[in-house]
Amino acid sequence: MNDWSRIGPQLAEATWDTLYMVGVSTVLTVLIGVPLGVLLTITAPGALSPRPAFHRALGLVVNLGRSLPFIILLVLVAPVTRGIVGTTIGSTATIVPLTIGAVPFLARLVETSLREVSPGKVEATLAMGARRRDVVRTVLLPEALPSLVAGVTVTVVALISYSAMAGAIGGGGLGDFAIRYGYQQFRTDITLTTVALLLVLVQLLQWAGDRWARRLAHV
Amino acid sequence: MIELTDVRKVFPARRGAAEVTAVDGVSLSVAAGEFAGVVGPSGSGKSTLARLVNLLERPTSGRVVVDGQVLTDLDDDGVRKARRTVGMVFQHFNLLDSRTAAGNVEHPLELAGMGRAERRARVADLLDLVGLADRHGSRPGQLSGGQKQRVAIARALAARPKVLLCDEATSALDPASTAGVLDLLRQVRAELGLTVLLITHEMAVVRAVCDSAVLLGSGRVVDGGPLAEVLTRPHSPLAAQLLPAPSVTDSRGDLVRITVTESAPEGRVLRTLAGELGLDVEIVGGSVETVAGRRFGRLLLAVTGDDGRLDPALQRLRDGGSLVERARPGDEPVPVDLTEPEPDPAGQAPAFARLLDSPDVQR
Repeated sequence: MNDWSRIGPQLAEATWDTLYMVGVSTVLTVLIGVPLGVLLTITAPGALSPRPAFHRALGLVVNLGRSLPFIILLVLVAPVTRGIVGTTIGSTATIVPLTIGAVPFLARLVETSLREVSPGKVEATLAMGARRRDVVRTVLLPEALPSLVAGVTVTVVALISYSAMAGAIGGGGLGDFAIRYGYQQFRTDITLTTVALLLVLVQLLQWAGDRWARRLAHV
Repeated sequence: MIELTDVRKVFPARRGAAEVTAVDGVSLSVAAGEFAGVVGPSGSGKSTLARLVNLLERPTSGRVVVDGQVLTDLDDDGVRKARRTVGMVFQHFNLLDSRTAAGNVEHPLELAGMGRAERRARVADLLDLVGLADRHGSRPGQLSGGQKQRVAIARALAARPKVLLCDEATSALDPASTAGVLDLLRQVRAELGLTVLLITHEMAVVRAVCDSAVLLGSGRVVDGGPLAEVLTRPHSPLAAQLLPAPSVTDSRGDLVRITVTESAPEGRVLRTLAGELGLDVEIVGGSVETVAGRRFGRLLLAVTGDDGRLDPALQRLRDGGSLVERARPGDEPVPVDLTEPEPDPAGQAPAFARLLDSPDVQR
């Protein structure tokens, strides 16, 4: 059973796959999810730019995205994935469903964070003659930054857990590795090693995220 | 400088709450350079009134004119620009925690598109003006309430406004900080020639700094005018707030009320009644306060031994400029309770509660 010299490089590759999938989809999720969260926040009734009908419609779409189990989403968005990436299998193809799955999640977290910014701060800024986009740029986002960082951290951890299902579409990564080499070949040692690696990864991310958020909070 | 004409603000009915008329046909005129107060009990619409002046709330009807500009005729873009002529200071400071003291003061200058070097110089001047030259790098969390309000005042003055709106600016401060902030407001008003509209529920604040005031009740102006005039106006509800008239209890003899001013001191009245007429004069109540920098008072006398000479004597005194009149129980307005309900400490109430917590509007 001393085949770790063979398994080691494969484990490293799986780790890299996870980092690649999670890294790219995190960037995409932030780029899409933060503006979406801002939109959700400012269009709410009584908020900066109330558009109740639009707000409800957007909320519905976001909730739909959040209520779908990831494994279903993975299959459902296959045509979209093919359209964007050109294929529906492999790590790069997994980035599309990962991003689509995480965007509504982050958008809700962003909305919650921005809603916590005191309306008084918004009012004070409007009283200075600020435009609405100035309020978003100079008040809502900076004031909520510590909480936004915490939200992104939670999202990254969720992405790592989603990415474990990537194996279903040939995506690779640590989760897939644990199932194929550990579970299906009855190699508990491999399963445990992979789990330990995931645990370390999540711990490290959470620790870094918390630290960053605390530093931004100026307390 | 500020001209409100028949301004109304109606908040439409919301789920589970009826329509609320927060401001109901208020007309108000504040001259350039004047320090005007708006007082009223909780729910009287005074905070909404402040927000109508810079159109943070658009009036349902009526006209708002600031510095000759009819704000109610402007579109959103015009209103935005016009707001720069009106600085605003809030009860809970509303400073940004993500910025330092200097960064907060710089904020309106950034929004106005001022260059960096110019901004820095202006920020330094402003923090110097409010006595915080050594706290540029402090975060709001590191400053005391009084210091935070000073930063907020510097921020409100940054864009060189002509009008300063203070919405309960001292209500979250302890007495010492309140005095400091009021001194600062008086100082910047004098130095910069500002027009100040101060919303408060504390009559001591009005007495300390205001030239004129209006008393609001249920969204309407109940009483108002220059304080010196209001205080000599008989049966004025605002005067009753400023200088509560001694309440008339059942007392022997004839009751006489004297309003004391610098030009009508009480000595002459007392000399005439007690000295010349030889009546038995007893002071049964009274208060003397400094209002708008001048001495005002109200004394209630119980006079016994009148043999018909009291009324002619009072008339002579009135003709001579003294403010004297006979008093009867219940002939003076009773001061209304202006104390605000204990507000949620800022930052602890959930955001949505704070949104609705504008003390005057129970939406």
